[in-house]
Amino acid sequence: MSVVATDSFLERAPLVFRDWIVGHFPVALQWLVHHLLSITAILTVFGLFFAFTTIAERKLLARVQNRLGPNRSGLPWFRSLKLWGLTQPFADAIKAITKEDIVPAVADKVLHFLAPVVIVAFSLLGFAVLPFGRHLIPVELDAAILYFFAAGTATELAIFMAGWGSRNKYSLLAAMRALAQLISYELPLILSVVPVILVTGTLSTGKIVLDQGFWTWGFLPHWHVFTPWGFAGFLIFLVAALAESNRSPFDLPEAESELIAGHLTEYSGFKYALFFMAEYFGLTALSGLGITVFLGGWQAPCAFLEFIPSWLWFMGKLAGMIVFFIWIRGTLLRLRIDQLTRLSWQFLVPLALLNLGNAAFWSLTSGWTGPLAFARWGISVAIVIVPFLLLGRRLTAGYAPRTYRYAA
Amino acid sequence: MLGSGILKGLGVTAKNFVGSYHDPARMVTQEYPDTPAKLPEAYRNFPFLVTENATDPMGTLRCVACQICEKECPPQCIYIEKSKDKKPDATGKPQLYPAVFAIDTAVCMSCQLCVEVCPFDAIKMDHVFEVAATNRFEGLLLNREQLAKPNEYFHQIRPTEAAEVDGRLTAERKAAEEKAKAAAAAKAAAPKLPSPVAKPQDELRCSPTGEGGQPKPAEGGTTP
Repeated sequence: MSVVATDSFLERAPLVFRDWIVGHFPVALQWLVHHLLSITAILTVFGLFFAFTTIAERKLLARVQNRLGPNRSGLPWFRSLKLWGLTQPFADAIKAITKEDIVPAVADKVLHFLAPVVIVAFSLLGFAVLPFGRHLIPVELDAAILYFFAAGTATELAIFMAGWGSRNKYSLLAAMRALAQLISYELPLILSVVPVILVTGTLSTGKIVLDQGFWTWGFLPHWHVFTPWGFAGFLIFLVAALAESNRSPFDLPEAESELIAGHLTEYSGFKYALFFMAEYFGLTALSGLGITVFLGGWQAPCAFLEFIPSWLWFMGKLAGMIVFFIWIRGTLLRLRIDQLTRLSWQFLVPLALLNLGNAAFWSLTSGWTGPLAFARWGISVAIVIVPFLLLGRRLTAGYAPRTYRYAA
Repeated sequence: MLGSGILKGLGVTAKNFVGSYHDPARMVTQEYPDTPAKLPEAYRNFPFLVTENATDPMGTLRCVACQICEKECPPQCIYIEKSKDKKPDATGKPQLYPAVFAIDTAVCMSCQLCVEVCPFDAIKMDHVFEVAATNRFEGLLLNREQLAKPNEYFHQIRPTEAAEVDGRLTAERKAAEEKAKAAAAAKAAAPKLPSPVAKPQDELRCSPTGEGGQPKPAEGGTTP
């Protein structure tokens, strides 16, 4: 990776540190150390990010419900130091590790063991192609988006492994239901990203971010989310990402208040924690992709804010996305399975397909200037809004507005 | 429009989130072990014996060992032994007192019936709930020294009820004093027509308070 000399030291600091460590090793081993360091960095940063996501989620959900949230776990030898309960995830980790690991007698031992390992491994693979900063991209692939979705989809295999390997009817049925959900939402998820590929003409995440890199008058960023097709695509992406990562309101596969635990019924202890971890890694990776593709990746929102290192911008946007997802979780109710699949096939997929046409129109009319530019925006906005309204009205006919006869 | 309900819902949760930081009325959580629990006034758990004077709790028990509560107690957790002698109570009137007054809190079901039946306002429901003991026999059997708590404590835990009880007791005391005075005056003017005495309900209630300047045999005999 080449280092641009004009960048600030903070921008390059992670790379400088990595090259300093790599320099201690013989040349023959340097490529290996280089990649091992990238892997270590991802595991450390996103492992901690996962840990603090769990505590943030519990705190924020508590505040949304006017509770305090976990605030009692402190440090082992400093009992008076409470630290607002920030050490809770580590206490949770110790609890998960020390819990008994129960494997059903008739379970397929290999698959039962392999499923949590595979799901964590595949959900981590996506991080390899995300550009975390101007120069911080673990692996620069030309087909990065393709690779990301291939790796992300493989987690579905692990879910079915878990359901099948448990040799439990409920687990198996839940795994099939989970697959139905994940496959339904794979389509709008990918279709919402395709317009970006169409407009930028590249599958490389690094180039997609660079493409969003300029500002109109220094403060209007050229992020894809600020175009009509990008905005629609981002919304579809958000919904599909929620469903893909089994988050509320699409957390049917493991609806803890209704089912036992879906395909995780026969899992306990650290294996269960691994599934949990994979879910959050998947969510984080998908948020990272959403940021990369729609929210300008590591780009600063205004030109004068560029002095802040790009990787801080990325992590800030990532935290914002996660908080938004937690906010959604605190607000919306869980959907029924038929509502869930109907939302995907009857609403999101047609809109995503139309959005693809919208993006095609946008890239064909890139030469329109002056009053034609306004026409371009108007037509594009109309392609987004009119089908949304018509389709929404048709699908909710007879359902809304709902009248409550007995509620106040 | 489709989705407007979601936006409205997001608004509601955002309002709750922000409000939880600046509106103390929203946050109902009591951080109990760190801060003492705030109990509602009507909370009740296990009875205690009211004493008039905190410095001499055994000497000023309101209880006169009438044993109504012992007989009334559904799980029969109260055990009382009457004293052989009479001791002047807080107001100077000689009364029986409980030589032994024990409540087995392992049996007590906090039904408050003893409080309802007590004509002397001597037993009241407590606010305790940290009642763990290391021994389930002696540790949970409370004797009269453990049960006795001053009237000030009663005022602390149930201000409304305590004020009402105190007001009633002083009124009765005053009425009894007046009646005794009137009776003395009537005695002095024996040949004359009988002067109007105190109201009949005072007559009924004067004795339980253990009040009266000079004990009159006719009235003292009606005490239960």
